[in-house]
Amino acid sequence: MAKTFDKIAYNSLNDFVYGCAPNPVKCKNGMVIGGGEVYPELNFTLPPMELTAATMPEVKEIYTEMINGVLKRAHELYAPGIVVEFEMLPEMTLVPEWGIEVTSILHNAMAEFEAKHGMKTALRATPGDVREFKRPPMMRSGEIFDNVLKTFEGSAKAGADFLAIETTGGKEIHDDALVNADLTKVIFALGIMGCRDMKFIWEHIVRIANENGSIASGDTACGFANTAMVLAHKGFIPNVFAAVVRVASVARGLAAYEAGAVGPNKDCGYEGVYVKAIAGTPIAMEGKSAAGAHLSAVGNVAAAVCDLWSNESITPVRLLSDIGPVVGIEQLIYDCRLMNLAKKKGYGITFRDLLAESDSPFDPQAYVLRPDVAFEISKELVKAKTPFLRTKAGAKLAIDAIRKAVDTKEVFIAEREKNWLDIMDSQVAAIPDDEEKFWHEIKGELDLSTFIPSEYGLK
Amino acid sequence: MDLQQLSLYVQKGNGAKVKEMVSEGLAQKVSPSEILNAGLIEAMAVIGEKFKNNEIYVPEMLMAAKAMNQGMQVLEPVLTATGVKPIGKAVIGTVKGDLHDIGKNLVRMMLKGAGIEMYDLGIDVSAQAFLDKAKEVGADMICLSALLTTTMPYMDSVIKEFEKAGVRGQYKFMIGGAPVSEAYAKSINADCYADDAVVAVDVAKKLLAQ
Repeated sequence: MAKTFDKIAYNSLNDFVYGCAPNPVKCKNGMVIGGGEVYPELNFTLPPMELTAATMPEVKEIYTEMINGVLKRAHELYAPGIVVEFEMLPEMTLVPEWGIEVTSILHNAMAEFEAKHGMKTALRATPGDVREFKRPPMMRSGEIFDNVLKTFEGSAKAGADFLAIETTGGKEIHDDALVNADLTKVIFALGIMGCRDMKFIWEHIVRIANENGSIASGDTACGFANTAMVLAHKGFIPNVFAAVVRVASVARGLAAYEAGAVGPNKDCGYEGVYVKAIAGTPIAMEGKSAAGAHLSAVGNVAAAVCDLWSNESITPVRLLSDIGPVVGIEQLIYDCRLMNLAKKKGYGITFRDLLAESDSPFDPQAYVLRPDVAFEISKELVKAKTPFLRTKAGAKLAIDAIRKAVDTKEVFIAEREKNWLDIMDSQVAAIPDDEEKFWHEIKGELDLSTFIPSEYGLK
Repeated sequence: MDLQQLSLYVQKGNGAKVKEMVSEGLAQKVSPSEILNAGLIEAMAVIGEKFKNNEIYVPEMLMAAKAMNQGMQVLEPVLTATGVKPIGKAVIGTVKGDLHDIGKNLVRMMLKGAGIEMYDLGIDVSAQAFLDKAKEVGADMICLSALLTTTMPYMDSVIKEFEKAGVRGQYKFMIGGAPVSEAYAKSINADCYADDAVVAVDVAKKLLAQ
């Protein structure tokens, strides 16, 4: 059901804390996400190997070994419940039967374990957005698109509790905009292409979830703001640019909830902090315990308002204690145990603020994830009336907040980053508020061979 | 002709001035090779160093590369006519099953800036396509990119395809991407691994000089 958000979901910053959300999500087995407790969310992937029909028997064996190890370790550590994410590799969506088959294996193992040991489990199935396999991509029709929907439907029928995806609509322009640090094109890609694509595909996912007893959970700006994060960490683009892209991606993330998704948002979508503040839906986040997957400057602050705490992904590499996913679940369980106990003893807000303040001075990307910063920006963000205007407003609000924090020495940025705040400011100021006018203005500067405008409702 | 000034215009990303100076230089009968090496390629080497030293970001590097390209539009026909050859030819692509191309595009841009003639096959590229293109253009080097643990083994398949065709020895293979390492490069008989686009330039130059 379509929704609009014209105010934030909270009255007080003190309620904006990890483990509870104004609109918690209840699974079929009674497990509640955002109902008070943070649960671990474990994700795993294959080791270096080719994925073909011939290797599928081995693939299934590997997933079986991983899920059994994870469940056993979670039970040994008295986890009250866990979520497992199955993030499909491209081939598993291109050939839906493969993704559905592995979903079924994971669901059955989890259901069996739950019946035997009483530990609550929930499965998130995340098909890959393989629409970009064809370039320029067909976003709304064709065999590849049909296979994406088929994988969602099959996964829901195979027992997935949550349906999620990392959509890529707008990436055709966004990649190039990022490496050129061109905020104007970033806003076009996120605010017009991305938001329109999200509305389109999430209406399909919500329908499929509703028809098949699954929950339409959420998306992530992984291909956008996380790409910016990685480029910034490599020194390719300024950290302040990546931080602004993060807040500019909020409207895109919200579009899933406007289309009827209910959460939990996907783990690598760090913009989920804003989604939670505005939509009140639970979110998964990842940080220090996802270090096996990637570096980030937000290891602690990412946990401040999370409802699921994730490891992002790990291969079954053999470590001294066990394979990677088993090690991953152990780390997550201890993180969650500490957060939950702190809150139970009345230190939830203190713990949240420690998580935030231990990271936020060192990187603007961490600063914009502070609950108080996200809370204040969200209040202003919802005043913008359309996803595009919210995208533009998000960028401007982030620039202003970072500039202020730099002046008051709340956040450190390198000297060479400072002029980028001015560059970005002038780029945003030059963008018109009218969506159609913006499209016609920018059209001549875009590589129109990389995308099909009509796939985004653009003429 | 002030080649140092030409280099500075490239570094500052002033394409119009670069184009103008290259035209003037050719009119003054300055050697096209000298314009290329001491003006354009030298500028990109400085840019690469500045990037390595954290003095500039990729957008500045791209602006310089675009300025160099504007100069090359004027210079390239003269280089071809006078028989000046690039320092090498390379085919680049993201291997089959993989769609990630930001890193690959940066490597292509930097290698082009270093004077290597680049042929970009894009994403999801089959072993046969790499082989066909390499033969067609008379490449010296093949650059393979992958970002997934399930697509990196395809780099091995590409090299094996060249071995099967009996032409492995004619080409140098450089690989890169998040899950890839020096050890992996050795294990699949690639010639080298490059950690990022700037390192790729140094590595490629060494390989092509062999």
